[in-house]
Amino acid sequence: MGVSVPGEVTAEGQPAGPIRSFVNAAVAALSPISNGLRYLEIDTRLLGMVAALIVIWIGFDIISGGTFLSARNLWNLSVQSASIAIMATGMVLIIVSRNIDLSVGSMLGFLGYTMAMIQAVWIPNTLGLGFEQPYTWVLTLVLGVLLGALIGGLQGFIVAYGGVPSFIVTLGGLLVWRGLIFRYAQGQTIAPLDTTFQMLGGGIVGTRIGALGELLSWGLGAVLCAGIVYAQITSRRRKRRYGFPVRPMWAEILVGAVSCGIVLGVVWVANSYPLPPNVADQVAQQKGIPVPPGGIPTGVAFPVVIMLIVTLVVTFLGTRRKFGRYVYAIGGNPEAAALAGINVRRTIMMTFALMGGLAAISAAVQTARLNAAVTNLGVQNELDVISAAVIGGTSFAGGIGTVPGAILGAVVMQSLRSGMVLLLVDSPTQDIVVGIVLVVAVGLDTVVRRR
Amino acid sequence: MAVSPLPATPVPTPQRTPLVELRNIKVSFGGVRAVDGVTIDVHPGEVVGVVGGNGAGKTTLMRTLSGARPPDSGQILVNGQPVTIGNPREAKALGIETIYQTLALADNLDAPANVFLGRELSGAGSLNDAAMESATRKVIGRLNPNFKNFKSPVLRLSGGQRQAVAIARAIHFNARALIMDEPTAALGPAETAQVHALIRQLKSEGIGIFLVSHDIHDVFDLSERISVMYHGRLVGTVNKNDVTTDEVLGMIILGKPPTKLTRQELAELHG
Repeated sequence: MGVSVPGEVTAEGQPAGPIRSFVNAAVAALSPISNGLRYLEIDTRLLGMVAALIVIWIGFDIISGGTFLSARNLWNLSVQSASIAIMATGMVLIIVSRNIDLSVGSMLGFLGYTMAMIQAVWIPNTLGLGFEQPYTWVLTLVLGVLLGALIGGLQGFIVAYGGVPSFIVTLGGLLVWRGLIFRYAQGQTIAPLDTTFQMLGGGIVGTRIGALGELLSWGLGAVLCAGIVYAQITSRRRKRRYGFPVRPMWAEILVGAVSCGIVLGVVWVANSYPLPPNVADQVAQQKGIPVPPGGIPTGVAFPVVIMLIVTLVVTFLGTRRKFGRYVYAIGGNPEAAALAGINVRRTIMMTFALMGGLAAISAAVQTARLNAAVTNLGVQNELDVISAAVIGGTSFAGGIGTVPGAILGAVVMQSLRSGMVLLLVDSPTQDIVVGIVLVVAVGLDTVVRRR
Repeated sequence: MAVSPLPATPVPTPQRTPLVELRNIKVSFGGVRAVDGVTIDVHPGEVVGVVGGNGAGKTTLMRTLSGARPPDSGQILVNGQPVTIGNPREAKALGIETIYQTLALADNLDAPANVFLGRELSGAGSLNDAAMESATRKVIGRLNPNFKNFKSPVLRLSGGQRQAVAIARAIHFNARALIMDEPTAALGPAETAQVHALIRQLKSEGIGIFLVSHDIHDVFDLSERISVMYHGRLVGTVNKNDVTTDEVLGMIILGKPPTKLTRQELAELHG
């Protein structure tokens, strides 16, 4: 008969005793809850991360005397998390397929620089089309994403078809793309950028706001809620058609209500953050209305909107398309994937191309936010991105990891940093804390998973 | 054991066109001839046992047919037509399915994802997991009615259940020829009996099967003909009814066809 896997693992050697027994006790204590969760069909690991995040948030809020959970801080937190989270979605697929991309920070710098050149030099001067054209921002973004996919795909090609380990290829990329920035910009900062493009960063230019505003934010919330309910209904119908068991109705409604509650809660927080008074005055003047007593709500920032779209798209690719299925299969057993007739090389190359495209989107967000491209743009971002994916449950052994997990991982990391900034912790200490959290999070996860 | 006189072993000359024929196949790794000019075939509804010691080249030979490692030279014919099999996809397109000794499962995916790996069902631009699960329940239900775990990663399943997933993948897509590499090596007695019953059933459905095995009794139990390999070469192909297990054992261990085996050598096999 089959060898049960847990037996094998215990034979392999015990991890640190005290940690293990603590985790065992904790998991045992929580088991009635996790049995109930089975009805809800919710990923318990994801829930554990949410719990950790809540603890971090409340902890910082108490220590900071209520500043951390203010609408202003949360709004800023969401914008700061966005650019790392966008790249972390792609990094999940790369790590799941047993590869790594160390070049994302340098790619981001290179692509940000190129996009700055496109809108600030090449379109207006080289082509003589002038500044502030209505198409400038979109042309810049599209070209940037295409270039990103191209250089990411090039690295992927060398990994997949050349057989060079991804660690080496992207380590080379880290040096090459950074070096190229200095080569063709001679260390100059490129600024200012197109004002419409700047909106992608969530900033404010005159009376133009890089956020959805009150009504559109609620609209976005409504659309997302409708999407959640629609997905639930479709899934139920599909299961019914094949005679599979479905969630009990109370569980279905609870899941839907909580999901929609979170979405609407995010919108509410974003709408609770008012525009700065002087901007609000100008906006009100322009519209010919008085400033409301609570100020004018800012709404969900564009970087967050972009992050949401990216999350939905990459989650869809990862879980609902053959491409994603193949990425996970390759991570689980590369030989089996090849024997099943999967084009392993092409799939690997595609993950790197996707990563490059996402680096371009993050580059747009970061340069737009700075209103400039600087030579050290994206330095060390690769470490934040990889940490976000790993804290979010992505395993270096391959085959395991989720996009929503990585988003949460990015938010956890950014929450730690932002909270420590609020408490005036210096930057070296921040690094020490984040480093320890990274190792502890993965350590705990490994122990829990071995049970 | 009465072994005299030794029967002559004419390699059976098939009357019909074989379903699959491997002709003069050669495979080398570096300077080593892993398979050196081997010719074997299988007819519809027939089980051909492929036996030999460790490193005899059985698995390498079969991998040329499943597309995992195309041969360096030699011909593969399906229904008498020469074909080229450059990769596993092309083998599957010809109706040749393989159950690998390692099972070749993606351990992190569930049973339906493994059964349909590389041949997923889609609808409206996305994977139709419900349809794949439904089909998987049907085909695995045929093999093992106790199998219930369709949502867990196959890593969590027992050896027998994992085997069922690997077999389901091979038979779900209307295979014409099956390669089974040590299909019962990891199984207990009850599960082995299930696999034997399945092989007989598939045979009755007209599928041609190459059964690679260490277990000479399994092979005698299930096959019509037995092809014996020794150090990359074919010692010979014999009809099961013409030989004794000792003679086949002699072929495997000494690499000589039954006509050349002496009585003394056969006696020494039992040491």
